[in-house]
Amino acid sequence: MRAGGGEQQALLRQVLGWRVAASIAWSVLLLPLCTAVFISISSIDLFHPIQWISDSFNDWYTSYVIFCILLMSVVILIISIFNVEFYAVVPSIPCSRLALLGKIIHPRQVIHSVVHAIMGMLVAWCAAVMTKGKFQFLALPCTASESLDGAVQHMCLNEYHLFLLLSGAFMGYNYSLLYLVNNMNYLPFPVIQQYKYLRFRRSLPLLVKHSCVESLYLVRNVCVAYYFFGYIPRAWISTTMDLNTDSKLHPLDTLTGLLDLSLLYHTWLCGIFLLITWHIAWLLFKIYATEAHHFPVQPTFAEETDQCLPKILNSNPPLLIKFLALQDLMLLSQYSPVRRQEVFSLSQPGGHPHNWTAISKECLNLLSDLTQKLIMQQEAAATNGRVKQPSTGELGRSLSSSEATVTEEMAFQTQRSNVVSRTHMPSLVKSSLMPLKALSTSDLGSSFGSPFSSPPSLNRKAGILDLNSPWHGSVQSPHLMRRGPKLWTSNSDLQINGSHPASFPVISVARIGNEAIQPSFIYTWLQNKQEQVRNFLSKRVLIMYFFSKHPEASIQAVFSDAQMHIWALEGLSRLVAASFTEDRFGVVQTTLPAILNTLLTLQEVVDKHFKLPHASSKPLRISGSLMDTSFKTLRFALRASLKTAIYRITTTFGEHLNAVQVSAEHKKRLQQFLEFKE
Amino acid sequence: MCSLALFPPPPAPGDVTLYEFNNALVSGHIYEKLPLAFQDQLADLPVLTIPKETLKAHSRLEHSTKPAFIHHQETLWKRCLNAWRDVGMCGVLNEIANAEEADLQWMKTGSRWALALCHWVSSLHGSLFPHLSLCSEDMIAEFSQAVDWAGCSIRAFAWHPHTSKFAVALLDDSIRVHNTNSATIPILKHRLQRNVASMAWKPLSASILAVACQSCVLLWHLDPTSLSTRPSSGCAQVLAYPGHSPVTSLAWAPSGEMLLSASPVDTAMLVWDVSTENCVPLQWFGGGGVTYLAWSPDGSKVLAATPSAVFRVWEAQMWTCERWPTIKGRCQTGCWSPDGSRLLFTVLGESVIYSLSFSEYSGEMQGQVGGSKTASIVADLSETTFETLYGEERIGGEVHSMVWDPSGERLAALVRGNPESPESRTIIAVFRTRNSPVFELLPCGFLQGEPGAEPQLITFHPCFKKGALLTVCWSTGKISHIPFYFISAQVPCFSPSHSPVVALSGSSASVREQPLFSEL
Repeated sequence: MRAGGGEQQALLRQVLGWRVAASIAWSVLLLPLCTAVFISISSIDLFHPIQWISDSFNDWYTSYVIFCILLMSVVILIISIFNVEFYAVVPSIPCSRLALLGKIIHPRQVIHSVVHAIMGMLVAWCAAVMTKGKFQFLALPCTASESLDGAVQHMCLNEYHLFLLLSGAFMGYNYSLLYLVNNMNYLPFPVIQQYKYLRFRRSLPLLVKHSCVESLYLVRNVCVAYYFFGYIPRAWISTTMDLNTDSKLHPLDTLTGLLDLSLLYHTWLCGIFLLITWHIAWLLFKIYATEAHHFPVQPTFAEETDQCLPKILNSNPPLLIKFLALQDLMLLSQYSPVRRQEVFSLSQPGGHPHNWTAISKECLNLLSDLTQKLIMQQEAAATNGRVKQPSTGELGRSLSSSEATVTEEMAFQTQRSNVVSRTHMPSLVKSSLMPLKALSTSDLGSSFGSPFSSPPSLNRKAGILDLNSPWHGSVQSPHLMRRGPKLWTSNSDLQINGSHPASFPVISVARIGNEAIQPSFIYTWLQNKQEQVRNFLSKRVLIMYFFSKHPEASIQAVFSDAQMHIWALEGLSRLVAASFTEDRFGVVQTTLPAILNTLLTLQEVVDKHFKLPHASSKPLRISGSLMDTSFKTLRFALRASLKTAIYRITTTFGEHLNAVQVSAEHKKRLQQFLEFKE
Repeated sequence: MCSLALFPPPPAPGDVTLYEFNNALVSGHIYEKLPLAFQDQLADLPVLTIPKETLKAHSRLEHSTKPAFIHHQETLWKRCLNAWRDVGMCGVLNEIANAEEADLQWMKTGSRWALALCHWVSSLHGSLFPHLSLCSEDMIAEFSQAVDWAGCSIRAFAWHPHTSKFAVALLDDSIRVHNTNSATIPILKHRLQRNVASMAWKPLSASILAVACQSCVLLWHLDPTSLSTRPSSGCAQVLAYPGHSPVTSLAWAPSGEMLLSASPVDTAMLVWDVSTENCVPLQWFGGGGVTYLAWSPDGSKVLAATPSAVFRVWEAQMWTCERWPTIKGRCQTGCWSPDGSRLLFTVLGESVIYSLSFSEYSGEMQGQVGGSKTASIVADLSETTFETLYGEERIGGEVHSMVWDPSGERLAALVRGNPESPESRTIIAVFRTRNSPVFELLPCGFLQGEPGAEPQLITFHPCFKKGALLTVCWSTGKISHIPFYFISAQVPCFSPSHSPVVALSGSSASVREQPLFSEL
């Protein structure tokens, strides 16, 4: 996995660096505009419009506004850095409420929340200063003390200012929470290619509307929170800063104090200002990061070799690069005859179709991986009724069964490199009887020897080592325990088989796509404790509320990276279709049987998946909202593009497909496609 | 330039155009047989007649259940809440303005003023874009490709792009799907399937039919192996978007991934990713809406006509567009050459066909449509008098719809007669066309149906092997197929489904026996 990791990191930096810089630059450039609008609206005065306009003009270039803009630029910079650090191209979908809770208290997320709360407070301070009036300063001369003795001015706490600061912190924290819950770190790739400006313009009205509504809810929540807990920070601030409370003014944690329209209005505006600036930074990053990148198919210079498409597809780059490469493959197969020609070309000395071999191999690998994953899931669903959930009492039994599941995975692993020809995998029992050790060596051997030597074998190794780790044999090991009830195989289960680093199932926070953080020992210990507690409490109904897995979520988790497969399908099928007229050397013909086999097998498995009882057959309605939820419906997109891909090949080749060597079963299926009966 | 005067005279009254052979349209009596060589070609194509009288009229005009219940006076607030849910802000204002409660006088006057303001604003909007003041049924009738959408029993027709299967939308809001290979005729009905303006089958798929309805786009998933004659409404996917109704035009991307839908009310056309029901609005103000869409067969460009005197050509990679203001009226119809390099279109108020050529498409020019600077007139269809043995015939006028056959060799234009003079009639003019090396448009002849039947809709069969096959829906409810037999001059390379493979496999069986792939 680490081989060539440095180069790939450099490539990621090279590709992403400019995009990040540009997105930050634009969001900082848009900041003065937002500030100007904010100042005008916050000092709105409908009865004296001319004075209002001239006043706000004057306010725009006062020194403290400029200072605020500078300060907020720093805030935007920090927010953008968090966006870059947290982004993921594969969303992490919590399968149960507990998993969600676990994600919230994960250290990374806690840091995220704390920093956002501080940033929120900073923005609120800027907003308060720019609003002027009664909000500007934290400490004011007391109005009550003046009458007593004019000589000594007592300073009093300005509760309005404090209220704004606290609401800013609250909003910042809330933003961070919603960032997690709504999977805002997920980068959805657009359905159609469009220029960045047009994409931004299209999303802007939605963004403003969303921020306004969101801010309204936030103000309500802030008020409620302040009503109950407002006295704590007030007392704390006034004691630490030695400020008096103004006896003449209403304290704000009463109903009369909170029902101050000007206060609510300015808090709302402050919320809108905060959300809009942050959302703009987020949106711009999203737009820039998902922009298509042009990878050369054939290197013009020797040093570019690492950056060309076949090489990138075949190595194991950061996921974002892989996604961009696959997107580029799809685009070139659709739009660019010149680049297609490069794909079909032969290498100059030797005459080997290296480009095509590399590209098709990787696409087929991806697709057969998906097939494997789905088969596993179906097996899990099928055996679920029979396998009893292992409890703490049945230590021996559960151990053996968990071993069985591990070996079962090994069995799949060994077959992984071949194209799966049949859907019905050999019985699990048989494979589980085979000795563990023998399998592990054969697995490693086969995957090193096979042309598709791939990193998962190493991961498998890590999985095996788990058995020898200190808690080997105890039931709490998360890997093994999770094998028990397998109705909804979650993303985290499957990561074991995928190409991701061995991870710890319940809490997997946005790790995919970023550098995996090695969890500390305490953390894993906590995990184990959690599992124990979970076992103990699983009988209680209330607790089950947290533990019960949401079926929809776990299906979504299985297909969370399906965008890759969709692009692979489209790119492959379009290339094959184009090869009918454009492939002069016949390089595609040699792989056609393999491609057809893979596609038809996948089609069978996907069909079967949609026939499972828990899978809803129709996508959920998605209202046009700012938060992208397209990852929830990826499986439908996959099913549709799979069918389209097969039809694309069959309509292009027509009767010629009868000459391709495929199994009789697949031949029958192909005939159905040829007759348009699928 | 081609003009109607060059055409051969129309067939004698009472004769029906049967087929084209040796570059001439042959007409005769309806019961006459085709030449023996071609009979088997058409034997399985169903010739239907769906008279208007057999269709059941709407059982109820109102679609709410309100009249079925006894009137019951609720409090004003409750009624307002209901009105808000059903109709929106205007409903609330209406409810308050018409309230019978004695108090709340000031609210009543206030809402009356607000309503008046609303009406004024909408009328102002309507004066800018007159079509917005039409009710949605009239709007569909105005912009539909069918000549008499409101009165005729057939409202829309669509051939499946790959197989011999077609769907017909009828006056009673049902859709029938006819398949030459099976006897079952599924009838599609859905609660939301009202006032169907257009239909389109998804390319590279066997079973998905998109239907443009008054309030939404319906997507029927019809299992081709199913024997059911009434697929349940569960087979239909509803694609709705606020402010996007009525839908008058649909276009599938030739690669089958995306669906475009257009409404004359909405300035944005929607790009649907139908499998996930996600949509991307392509906003372009100006024009006031989109009435007609045509995706070029090579998938590179899309024509989008608006209700005002402007149309746009979108390029389908980066989705940028070129704007084409027309002089006289809105663009009524348009069609693309098979390679997407030429667009023929007609404009309301002018009886000519314009041609617009585009530079050869290659993926390297991102974000450019590449249209030529000016459109040229290629055919003049103004009214012409033909002296025939049976008297004078006046033919010519505006073109209502136009279709180009998939091989690019025949063009059929539905020419609407002059509404002022009663003796001029709607007729189909057929042209012979050639697209390369230079564009040529030659007259072929007029198509005539049975006495009293006026053409309503025209479409070419997407994969007819011996030339081209024009399907005509007549105002009598008859659907007939008129074959044009010819040998295609160039090897068609427009769509994979009818590439040379088909011709080869038909002519010599021995080709199929040889292994295609080298053993490596």
